[in-house]
Amino acid sequence: MKDILKIADKTFNSRLFTGTGKFNSSQKMREAVLASESELVTVALKRVNVQNENDDMLAHLKGNHINLLPNTSGVRTAREAVFAAELAREALQTNWVKLEIHPDPKYLLPDPIETLKAAEELVKQGFVVMPYIHADPVLCKRLEEVGVQCVMPLGAPIGSNKGLKTIDFLEIIIEQSTVPVIIDAGIGAPSHAAYAMELGADAVLVNTAIAVSQNPVEMATAFKIAVQAGRMAYNAKLAPVRKEAEASSPLTSFLS
Amino acid sequence: MSFKSTFEKYDWDILEKEIYTYSSEDVKQVLQKEKIDLEDFKILISPAAKPFIEEMAQRSSAITKKRFGNTMQMYVPMYLSNECQNICTYCGFSMTNKIPRKTLTDAEILKEVKHIKNLGYDHILLVTGEANRTVGVSYLKNAIELIKKHFSNISIEVQPLDQEEYEELVAEGLYAVLVYQETYHKATYKEHHPKGKKSNFDYRLDTPDRLGKAGVHKIGIGALFGLEDWRVDSFYTALHLKYLQKTYWKTKYSISFPRLRPHEGEVQPKVEMTDADLVQLICAYRLLDEDVELSMSTRESQLFRNNIIKLGITSISAESKTNPGGYSVEPQSLEQFEISDERSTAEVANMIKSQGYEVVWKDWDKSFV
Repeated sequence: MKDILKIADKTFNSRLFTGTGKFNSSQKMREAVLASESELVTVALKRVNVQNENDDMLAHLKGNHINLLPNTSGVRTAREAVFAAELAREALQTNWVKLEIHPDPKYLLPDPIETLKAAEELVKQGFVVMPYIHADPVLCKRLEEVGVQCVMPLGAPIGSNKGLKTIDFLEIIIEQSTVPVIIDAGIGAPSHAAYAMELGADAVLVNTAIAVSQNPVEMATAFKIAVQAGRMAYNAKLAPVRKEAEASSPLTSFLS
Repeated sequence: MSFKSTFEKYDWDILEKEIYTYSSEDVKQVLQKEKIDLEDFKILISPAAKPFIEEMAQRSSAITKKRFGNTMQMYVPMYLSNECQNICTYCGFSMTNKIPRKTLTDAEILKEVKHIKNLGYDHILLVTGEANRTVGVSYLKNAIELIKKHFSNISIEVQPLDQEEYEELVAEGLYAVLVYQETYHKATYKEHHPKGKKSNFDYRLDTPDRLGKAGVHKIGIGALFGLEDWRVDSFYTALHLKYLQKTYWKTKYSISFPRLRPHEGEVQPKVEMTDADLVQLICAYRLLDEDVELSMSTRESQLFRNNIIKLGITSISAESKTNPGGYSVEPQSLEQFEISDERSTAEVANMIKSQGYEVVWKDWDKSFV
């Protein structure tokens, strides 16, 4: 059986999602995205010139296998997010939206209350909503209840490249979720991505670590391989970590 | 969406074959793991895991202590009625059994309550057969209303109801509902439930879904051991548990382990489950899930119950009567099944204390409902 990820009405062969920000040129960005083989690529609405049909960034993202995922980066409230999503739907001809609401411009940490509000409204309007959130298992369930198509908990503060600092909560989310779990933010090295996939994440989203690397194309390839390896290991089931046995008084001797 | 679609993804015969072909290597692998999933659980309940029962028990004991501390919750059943329009081949209350039928009146309920309160209980489980005209929702509602000032925590084990009916009872102060599938083997289920509303396998199977939707605080599930292969039935129960935890994530869950005991009817256990089997199963559940409540009734023997305290069980009943009015109104009437551990509540409580556990009587407050 082919290991295919399905979100809403779309299927994905690749479990690596990438971003388009922070590259030193649109050309480099395109090369890296192609090397990653990613089929879902986020685009910040604020970076796109929606008036211009020949927008430079969009022009570099043409490709049959590339689906654009507009994100609402920059908005601070649910109301602004809904507006941005509507704008993106019009401009990019997609009802998919990565919902990001970070009122704090320094760490860009997501606002759970505004995100839940916006998610509810956007689902009602027929959007496929992919919310960027803290690794908060209860928030994930609340978002599921309003009908989001996946959840995107963070591994560490965005752009920090620190890896899976929220691992204990990610494990709970993966265990409990009925929608795909995509680990977003904080993944700084292919080993982090592989680890996320080994844990059972459905996909990862990597942007900074690729874009800011000395060689984004090679790094994109490295992430592609790491995600595949991690997923393969998850499916093959990891061998256990050996533990030391402890001696204590018997509990089942009454049975004999 | 309900459990039925998950249930139908699995095939009984394939599961049975898998469970009976694991090797001790498979078990060793699983026991090295930090987190046990459903596939691992299958291995832990297999015959191959039998020689590892002590190791499983040690782990189960340690996990249970970590999560629940040194405590044991006490509860007691109160049978309200033995009227029943179902035929369940293994049950003393089965419609075709010629026994005197009895449904407690308000005065009788209060008399029983008084007796039970004197024993020290604050968590009560109300039990009936399925007789919608006499013990339908309005009877249950009335019973809850009558007793709620005397108990902090009220559970029921009655016929499956509709979601709206559960909602009504929750609003009245109901905390938990126990509803066992008896067996997840469809054909065997039909064989043992030929008549009555209970013969509808699917309606029963989706009862915990209706409970989840109705917002009941706790749902108790389980299989009746003896009807079919206990290992396969337990896998389905674990599958059911995991599905419910994911879907109704605000709800607590408990699992019970009733083994068929002799009664008025004819059926004797088709598949035997030994004491060691039951210990293996209890430990496997605990390894699968650190938080699920595991409950032990007085069906089991004194020796077994003494030794199970430390193994993963978190709640236990004592001095139970399984006949309506059995505590004070009509102590001599016919029981649903014979209990095995006949010690008094105080004796059982002392046994638990002597093992270093605190006996917990109250762990809920009616103001939360």
